[in-house]
Amino acid sequence: MTEEFFSRRGILKSLGVGAAALLLPGCDRLGQSPTFQEIVLSTGERLSYRMQRLLGINPLAREYEPSEMSPVFRTNGNTMPRSPEYLRHLASSFAEWRLEVDGRVKQPKGFSLAELKAMPARSQITRHDCVEGWSAIGKWTGVPLGALLDAVELEPSARYIVFHCADDFRGTNYYESIDLVDAFHPQTILAYGMNDGELPVGHGAPLRLRVERQLGYKQAKFVMRVEAVESLEAIGRGKGGYWEDNTGYEWYAGI
Amino acid sequence: MFHTEEMQRGGTIYRHRLSTRIWHWTNFVALVILLMSGLMIFNAHPRLYWGEYGANPDPAWLQIGNADGEGYLRIGDFRVETTGLLGVWEDENGATRNRAFPGWATIPSNYNLALARRWHITFAWVFAIGILAYAVWSYWNRHIERDLLPMKEQLKPTHIWQDVKKHARLDLPKGEEARHYNVLQKLAYLSVLGGLIPLMVLTGLTMSPAMNASWPWLLDIFGGRQSARSIHFICAMLLVAFILLHLAMVVLAGPLNEIRSMITGRYRLPEETGK
Repeated sequence: MTEEFFSRRGILKSLGVGAAALLLPGCDRLGQSPTFQEIVLSTGERLSYRMQRLLGINPLAREYEPSEMSPVFRTNGNTMPRSPEYLRHLASSFAEWRLEVDGRVKQPKGFSLAELKAMPARSQITRHDCVEGWSAIGKWTGVPLGALLDAVELEPSARYIVFHCADDFRGTNYYESIDLVDAFHPQTILAYGMNDGELPVGHGAPLRLRVERQLGYKQAKFVMRVEAVESLEAIGRGKGGYWEDNTGYEWYAGI
Repeated sequence: MFHTEEMQRGGTIYRHRLSTRIWHWTNFVALVILLMSGLMIFNAHPRLYWGEYGANPDPAWLQIGNADGEGYLRIGDFRVETTGLLGVWEDENGATRNRAFPGWATIPSNYNLALARRWHITFAWVFAIGILAYAVWSYWNRHIERDLLPMKEQLKPTHIWQDVKKHARLDLPKGEEARHYNVLQKLAYLSVLGGLIPLMVLTGLTMSPAMNASWPWLLDIFGGRQSARSIHFICAMLLVAFILLHLAMVVLAGPLNEIRSMITGRYRLPEETGK
């Protein structure tokens, strides 16, 4: 019995190692194939996007009590843009800075920080979930994106909202995009305040996006320009965001 | 599915229906991919927390890391050196890597969070649709009631104790006794089907910020997103333990017969021989 067991185990072990040796390079090769990625491996994202939209357009992300906030809210991504233009704005406390809102809109307009702060504001204590797995809870204050878009009046052809940022990775400025469902969601704000103070540079001063039902890389920091577009094809390499174009993160980051 | 004598041919019975067999092997592929891509996703932040939030400044109850060239696994205050396996290991080219789980255990084998997430989320759909279809189908055709729920007499403490002793002696059911699942087998399958797998799916959904908005009760039942992430990891390790036990039992019970029964459906009842 014992001998048989060990020989069987030996067989099983070699079978197992053999299977892993076949499976792993197989999965690696399949994963590297753009066709396989496009046809098979983006199925999960597409299904999740449709299903989560089916479950409801406007349910709110959970809002927390001040006592539930993270003691330290870590920064991530770029924490200090290096463009001379940004550094000039930072030196003058963003006095001359304007948020450009344009693209497929009827009345393109630039908003100063003071103008944004004069608009009806929304504060929310929400959880930030990084794609890597960690979460932090903080308080954000800002202007609802929907109110800004109403002020410039979207053209009927507008389908996506693109955020152009001041920070860059390897010379390419950061950019992100969301659909109109998320753009007009009541908790989607352009935040200029964090944890009851000014938005720190490390967290995206003077203005960052909060789109509370998606992961961290969608929360564009250092937002300089908001553009309404009909299609994402002409933005970057067409996938809708810097990481989407450069490392293959899903455009829809609700999961 | 244990059908009656008319299905018997040459000492074999028709044990597993086509639906069960397809589901078993779909699950096998999906679980291996989910496990290995999940380990790669874990590598992106190899720390686990309890509660709603948890990031580098917060205390982690489990951590796989490295310090001074040594890999370690820390659970609470218990710390064990794991160089070569976890935290610090050599890749197939002999280069030292400082990730939590080694390349041979992850999909893809190199660090690629975007690709691992694509594998994981796509096969999570395969897995979730499979378990849902299995649950509906097995309830409808009475597979659960007939084959998986223990019979009343099987649940008597004396019977369970007998079964434990038999398993401990590796005295597995023979002849007519092998026609039905034994009570330990039934309890193991039921706790995986009714416990671990639903927990895996639900804790996975709880990590989705969009699902948290649609179904906020998910956060309440698991005590927050980071707790859900911890439970997801613990259940994954328990599933690995179940699979290892399952494989060991297949080997002990006669691997060719068992594997054949899950491929063709036909199972030869082990002969009753004096030991």
